[in-house]
Amino acid sequence: MTRYIIRRLGWMVVVLFGVAVVTFIIAFLVPGDPARLYAGSNASPASVAIIHHQLGLDRPVYVQFVDYLWRVLHLDFGYSYRYSAPVLPAILQRFPATAELAVAGVFVEVIVGLPIGILAATRPGSIWDRITMVFTFVTLAAPPFWLGLIFLYVFGALIPIFPLGGYGNGAPQYLFLPALTLGLGGAGYYARLLRAVLLDILPKDYIRTANAKGVTPGTVMFRHALPNALTVLVTQLGMDLGYFLAGVVVIETVFAWPGIGKQAVDAIFNLDIPLVMGTVLFGALLIVGANVAVDIAYTFIDPRVRY
Amino acid sequence: MATPILQVRDLRTQFAMPDGIIKAVDGVSFDLYPGESLGIVGESGSGKSVTALSLLRLVPHPGRIVSGEVLFRNQDLLQMTDQEIREIRGRDIAMIFQDPQSSLNPVLRTGFQVDEAMRAHGKSKADAHARTIELLTKVRIPAAESRVKDYPHQLSGGMRQRAMIAMGLANAPAILLADEPTTALDVTVQAQILELLADLNRELGTAIVMITHNMGVVAGLCSRVMVMYAGQIVEEGPVEQIFESPQHPYTWSLLKSIPRVDALRHERLRSIQGMAPDLADPPAGCRFHPRCPFRIEECFTKEPKLLDVAPNQRAACWVTMDRARREMGADTLIDIHPGAGSGVRPGEEI
Repeated sequence: MTRYIIRRLGWMVVVLFGVAVVTFIIAFLVPGDPARLYAGSNASPASVAIIHHQLGLDRPVYVQFVDYLWRVLHLDFGYSYRYSAPVLPAILQRFPATAELAVAGVFVEVIVGLPIGILAATRPGSIWDRITMVFTFVTLAAPPFWLGLIFLYVFGALIPIFPLGGYGNGAPQYLFLPALTLGLGGAGYYARLLRAVLLDILPKDYIRTANAKGVTPGTVMFRHALPNALTVLVTQLGMDLGYFLAGVVVIETVFAWPGIGKQAVDAIFNLDIPLVMGTVLFGALLIVGANVAVDIAYTFIDPRVRY
Repeated sequence: MATPILQVRDLRTQFAMPDGIIKAVDGVSFDLYPGESLGIVGESGSGKSVTALSLLRLVPHPGRIVSGEVLFRNQDLLQMTDQEIREIRGRDIAMIFQDPQSSLNPVLRTGFQVDEAMRAHGKSKADAHARTIELLTKVRIPAAESRVKDYPHQLSGGMRQRAMIAMGLANAPAILLADEPTTALDVTVQAQILELLADLNRELGTAIVMITHNMGVVAGLCSRVMVMYAGQIVEEGPVEQIFESPQHPYTWSLLKSIPRVDALRHERLRSIQGMAPDLADPPAGCRFHPRCPFRIEECFTKEPKLLDVAPNQRAACWVTMDRARREMGADTLIDIHPGAGSGVRPGEEI
């Protein structure tokens, strides 16, 4: 088991290195001179040149790259041109809002998706199965920005029970609509995934054994069937959480949610390359970390992986 | 004889498939007596497993029991509510299955799965746990105290089947339905499991219904045997009598197809010609007639009934083997293709 985890962690390092390389290349290819941006529009060519030198942009590419890697290794993600402040603290300052939204979104996925999946799988072909599958199809197909705007219009403007976006210093009513929008599409996906996995599990011999023992249908579902479906669900859950934590760009923008996704969008418009690179790297770290966490979770869910 | 503990009457179970209704069990009736050991034999697809599953209403989708009675202690199991049948399952009538690899839940500890059989029927956790260790010891799993914590994949095939049997016997049921419990195991382990079942049958008085395609298993364990063909019982009787003097040509062919070390050189091993019939559209008359060496005209159109052919022995056949031996030279027949003995080979053969 220890070897298994070490192997997963080794892969994590390789993947992160790859992400760092790709981010660097993209940043290098982006048009526009950061030095000019940094200096301001009224700066003389001479002062732009000085800043160019200060930022190290006149050095050979490979030197810049090694220097970049070295700094990243020391958790120095650079200096934001726009805020004139280090990138990492800027990200970390915004991160709690994103984390709150991501966790709430995953929560919605699970709370809405799993019961629907179970309901559909226990009565395949029934009217319940059809209704829920149409519902999930709609939530899956609806683009989040559109769904978010509809929610805002209906529950923010038409029937004003929720605020029209913003963070509200963490008040729960501000979280509700963004989390719902974020989680609903995933919930549809989870319902379909769980239904498919359960339809695969329920005809299995060990389910028949459980029934032959005379245990209740609830026990058969929750003790015998669901734990066997968990590996698939947790894989998806881990990936979703990592993905959400890395910044939910669209939903944070629609709801004016002050997370790292919205910050990254602003950074892109401002050509604030270090902040963009920092956010991408930070997100990659979270996504890869979530995947490693999933791999480790397997060992708790399926005893066959453990030994 | 004593009163039967289980009476099955005209049981019919069907599967609605896209290309027709499969009549997997088609009018099966039999009695099971307390403490006896009854074998149900037949080829794959003869309906023997579905018969056993129907008794506990465990027939998988899209199967459905369409008619019949299963009387257990004067109650019809087929008329019970889901709650009532659940209380019977595992407590009064337990079932064990063919493949111990897939029949145990891979993510639950073996001991827990045995415990559960008792806890589902009201035993406390501590009592169940103590009895689990006792049961696992009884089915001869060594070091049962530590084995209870193992997951199924950590046990050998034989041990998994022993654990299954322990689970089946947990509540000292009146009846144990064993659906090919030795088929997936190698020969030495098979023998051990059969011996174990025989001991338990003797010691605990549990009636065993042994479903198998293996006549050898029947010979080793059972006192009475029922032969199924195409969803129906074609012959039944005491094991020794049936082995000595089978009356249905299908039973006779089955026994002929067992390899024997002491067989005379000229007695060739004979396989049954032809294929098992399509249960969506079974042959008219006797269902075995397309493959039967001794068929006569009646067999093509009229369905034979299960009738007494000897004391305690019944067969559903228009000819019966006594006549086939006498008139058709069954004992010296070399070639056993359809109609070989009787010479009836109509053109409109199916």
